[in-house]
Amino acid sequence: MSLNLTDITLTYPDGDTRLTALDQVSLEVPQGSLTAVVGPSGSGKSSLLAVAATLITPDTGTVTIDGQRTTGLTRGELTELRRHKIGIVFQQPNLLPSLTAAEQLQVMAQLDGRKPGTARTRAMELLDAVGLADQAGRRPHQLSGGQRQRVNIARALMNDPTVLLVDEPTSALDHERGAAVLGLITRLTHQQATATVLVTHDRTHLTAVDQIAEVQDGRLRLPAMNR
Amino acid sequence: MFVAWRDLKFAKGRFALMGAVIVLITLLVGLLSGLTAGLGRQNVSAITSLPADKIAFQAPSGRQELSYSNSTVTEQQWRKWSEAPGVESAEPLGITTTKATAGDKSTGVSAFGVEPGSRLAPDSDRITGSAVVLSTTAADDLGVKAGDSFTLAGRQLKVAAVRGDAHFSHTPVIWTRLDTWQKTAPPTSTDDGPTATVIALSTTSQADVAATDHQAGTKTVSTDDSLSAIGSYTSENGSLQLMRGFLFAISALVIGAFFTVWTIQRSGDVAVLKALGASTANLLKDALGQAVVLLVGGTLIGTGIAASVGALVSGSAVPFLLTPATVLIPAVVIILLGALGAALSIRRITSVDPLTALGSVR
Repeated sequence: MSLNLTDITLTYPDGDTRLTALDQVSLEVPQGSLTAVVGPSGSGKSSLLAVAATLITPDTGTVTIDGQRTTGLTRGELTELRRHKIGIVFQQPNLLPSLTAAEQLQVMAQLDGRKPGTARTRAMELLDAVGLADQAGRRPHQLSGGQRQRVNIARALMNDPTVLLVDEPTSALDHERGAAVLGLITRLTHQQATATVLVTHDRTHLTAVDQIAEVQDGRLRLPAMNR
Repeated sequence: MFVAWRDLKFAKGRFALMGAVIVLITLLVGLLSGLTAGLGRQNVSAITSLPADKIAFQAPSGRQELSYSNSTVTEQQWRKWSEAPGVESAEPLGITTTKATAGDKSTGVSAFGVEPGSRLAPDSDRITGSAVVLSTTAADDLGVKAGDSFTLAGRQLKVAAVRGDAHFSHTPVIWTRLDTWQKTAPPTSTDDGPTATVIALSTTSQADVAATDHQAGTKTVSTDDSLSAIGSYTSENGSLQLMRGFLFAISALVIGAFFTVWTIQRSGDVAVLKALGASTANLLKDALGQAVVLLVGGTLIGTGIAASVGALVSGSAVPFLLTPATVLIPAVVIILLGALGAALSIRRITSVDPLTALGSVR
């Protein structure tokens, strides 16, 4: 398994008590598969994603990324794990305003200490894969919302992650662009053989996912294979 | 520096504005440094260029401080110092500010009286009872050259030579023989033989300064420390150094404020980079590198302009001293203090939580 969450419990302080965001959640996501995590707002979807991204340490339970347990890792080791093993597609594209589309990807390689020439080639391959090879020199303000989201996706794949975490990628897109983006994520999941978790409250485009897990009040309904 | 370079190019306006502020502050500090050093030289160069490591003053009474204008030493005191162990040379030096006139030109000068053949004065072997050595500025101000005559405090004297450009208390120096100096500027006490203002000493480590001071009734300090006994130098230099210090502090604060705002503005980007796997150390290095590039660029331009202005005014009536110390040291201090200000500002990068990059958890 590329991503394995076991018995995850996460609570937040809420006045004098604690609010349970995730309650004994377990989830397995195989390599090359796409798991959609659905549920209403506030159900714990994003908390699940944050735990999987190693951005929050759960109260109990274990997170295993590509066979490596994250329990006990230092902050620096978790940062390194995110850099090498985890790709994150943010809800908002969160592109850096001073960088061109190609540079948004190259910065990932630069963080990883890779050579600029190799990074440029890989960036162009990925921009081509998301249909933006001709927009490589444009900055975020020169791209449309859909184009920015595609750069966001390509950036997440730049360091060849084993786990791809996608947070509400269609929330700011219309129906047609949303469908295109989800189709792209599905295709890239299979092409890049990532264990992809897609968090969404929108069930309209989920026909192509491999697994759907539903979160309700911090509890995960046992996932049933979609296909 | 991957993101930092691109930020510099992308946010040209903001960085150009900040760069211009650094240029102007550096220019101001550079000009002030040159002026401070130039004014300082006009105050003390005659003392600092003396071949002496210590100056003996008349011991001040009560709470009085050492002062070149109040000190009077006697021949007896000079003899005591001459005979003291560890003293290679002890030479009386008379100092008085007076007026010199040549034709229709007159100027304030400092008359420095020395013993015949003294090492203290340039070309001292040419100084006689009626011939003196003038500094370049004194000669220029009076419009005289070697062989010409002029009047010093009412006494007709001849210019034996024009040498050096020594100044004391903003007046050019005229080197006279001690007995001439005593006549042109009579000392207050004559009970104990010929007097002077101070004794210039060259000592070795064997000299027991405190004991000789006690015996001779003098107070001896190093040549550098004696500069504070020049009243105009202490007040003038203190004010200018205070202004310079404030400018350094202002530059650090302004740069710190700019990078505080800049870091807050880009904290969202920092959170994204951290979430994507950028280490905090890497982000700090990137941000500090950006600050240093801006600082070095702005400081170089400012220093270049200050040096150019200094070169233009050097040699004119403006007392501006253009040396590596007056130009480069302020530049280095601005860079170091600016980098410190920036470092304190960008340290908030360490507290940016990458979790905030996940919009729905914000």
